[in-house]
Amino acid sequence: MKVHEYQAKQLLAEFGIPVPRGGVARTAAEARRIAAGLAGKVMIKAQVHAGGRGKAGGIKTVSSPDEVEQAAKGMIGSRLVTHQTSPQGVPVSAVLVEEAIDIERELYLGVVIDNAAGMVVIMASEAGGMDIEEIATTSPDKILKAHIDPALGIHPYRARRLAFDLNLAPAQIRPATEIISNLYRLFEAKDCSLAEINPLAITSDGRILAVDAKLNFDDNATYRQRAIAELRDTEQEDPLEVDAKSKGIENYVKLDGSVGCIVNGAGLAMAVLDLLKQVNGGAANFLDIGTLNEPDRVVQAFRILTSDPDVKAVLVNIFGGMARVDIIAQGIVAAANQMVIEVPVIVRLAGTNVEQGERILNESGLRLTRAYSMQEAAQKAVEAVKKSS
Amino acid sequence: MSILVDKETRLLVQGITGGEGSFHARGCIKYGTKVVAGVTPSKGGTDLDGVPVFNTVYRAVAETGANTSIVFVPAPFAGDAILEAAEAGISLIVCITEGIPTLDMVMVSRHLKQSEIRLIGPNCPGLISPGKCKVGIMSGDIFLEGNVGVVSRSGTLTYEAVSQLTELGIGQSTCVGLGGDPIIGTGFVDVLRLFEKDPETEAVVLIGEIGGDQEQRAAEFIKDKMSKPVIAFVAGSSAPPGRRMGHAGAIIMGSSGRAQEKIAALRKAGAIIAASPAEIGSTTRKVLASRS
Repeated sequence: MKVHEYQAKQLLAEFGIPVPRGGVARTAAEARRIAAGLAGKVMIKAQVHAGGRGKAGGIKTVSSPDEVEQAAKGMIGSRLVTHQTSPQGVPVSAVLVEEAIDIERELYLGVVIDNAAGMVVIMASEAGGMDIEEIATTSPDKILKAHIDPALGIHPYRARRLAFDLNLAPAQIRPATEIISNLYRLFEAKDCSLAEINPLAITSDGRILAVDAKLNFDDNATYRQRAIAELRDTEQEDPLEVDAKSKGIENYVKLDGSVGCIVNGAGLAMAVLDLLKQVNGGAANFLDIGTLNEPDRVVQAFRILTSDPDVKAVLVNIFGGMARVDIIAQGIVAAANQMVIEVPVIVRLAGTNVEQGERILNESGLRLTRAYSMQEAAQKAVEAVKKSS
Repeated sequence: MSILVDKETRLLVQGITGGEGSFHARGCIKYGTKVVAGVTPSKGGTDLDGVPVFNTVYRAVAETGANTSIVFVPAPFAGDAILEAAEAGISLIVCITEGIPTLDMVMVSRHLKQSEIRLIGPNCPGLISPGKCKVGIMSGDIFLEGNVGVVSRSGTLTYEAVSQLTELGIGQSTCVGLGGDPIIGTGFVDVLRLFEKDPETEAVVLIGEIGGDQEQRAAEFIKDKMSKPVIAFVAGSSAPPGRRMGHAGAIIMGSSGRAQEKIAALRKAGAIIAASPAEIGSTTRKVLASRS
């Protein structure tokens, strides 16, 4: 789960990490009031869950409260299109108004999970700013890393070593050590999957503060991070995917083909997409129905696909394991009873309780196209699309 | 022979009284696995079809000599269940549970790395040595005893691959589902090493997917250490970059995560690539035929 920059900065401040003075505004008048309380130049930043805001006009530096109000008027209520968003962009409902920082050096500080090592890793670099991703690929040696043993947690010597290796001035070592330690503590306490400060700025008067910040959170830990879950802004997410989640389908991704897919398991679902492409078709979506044994889950999946005008045929490919095929079959029958499915439905079932599943479909009297291998299922789905178009 | 599980396996089911736990415990028993105990705190003293249920793993191990555990405990408590099994003397822990917080797994995996205890999963289908022992949630009847090892990051795609092999009369020594979470106990390289040593395994089918760099590490091992042929398929070559496809692992991050990069690395290492997910069985048949 992602949060907005202003929310991330509030969390950083809670954990003792200095951030620029300022506040969040939902109206232009509010933006003006916040700016009036700040001296000097002011930054106004559109709050969206996407990077690339600067180049897309979502970040402006202005000199007077009038200009702040003007800029806020332009941003609030508009949609911001960056290289990370869809062509429709994402809505801007709030702006962050902050004191502009006179930056002398831009550092990078990030905390992530290193999957291969199975540990949390703190990454720091002298080469902070916009080009950090390129630096990570072209000169990875410029990124300092410290893996943290979860049993030990963060100790000052680990953070101090990073601080010295960043070639900071003597007076900056202690505050930097604290910022590094505190970002790790925040990561652990709030079940983050990413905690990033970029840039971590050193000002011309020698202060260190987080000028931009990004926090992502582990969806699996939502049950124990209620306060974080409250920060979710569904307006920033793909409406189709939000709708799918509200129907209990966690893993739905809209694609540009015409075969609607209902598959169990992410790997098999991806393989079905690959196979459709190989038989000259294309999937309208990725949909992993998951393992919850509940016929209604299948009904909801059909609801999502039948409301997608791009879907010209539905392909159900289930290989039961944890998911039981008989329950999937009950779901297909229930879906056919509860809604009008105008497109052809191709069903391939195998695995746990397949005999019971087959019997349920056979006794239902539904007009389904049956397939007995994934190759056959994919071909029949593509043929069905051709016939209907 | 086979790897990891066989007739010597004495299985303990953690979370045996839950819906999934009881269903799949029965499935394992039906397949012929020696299920010797179950554990559900506060249900000790009861039984599931004659399998005694204990309050703690310690007690279950002491009373039944269980050496392997399968975990169905709900996600908030699953990390704790794995640690309990490890401390109680279980040497192979198979965690089926999905949705465990990543930081819980950081703690668990760090702890287990300091021991000889092997964890498979979490968020995995388990493993099976056909004809001998099933420690997982797969439908046993699609498997056939034989000489091809199968190792996969995906659950249901493994079933798909195995059913193709079985239909062609190609049996399997052991099939291992590694799991789709960011942090897993056992990776491709660990399992390839075991298959390479196992005299019964003649060839290995490896099923990867987009995300991470496990396939590249497997490729290095194949190039340097494997004498047996490896047939590989990598799912997700049609996936649009930057989109998350279900598994936490199945997101393309950087070029190393792309299917094309993984396929190229595996091919370069000498693995034989199945062009389509529907051709995993037929590709394996060709490889086996060319060797005999």
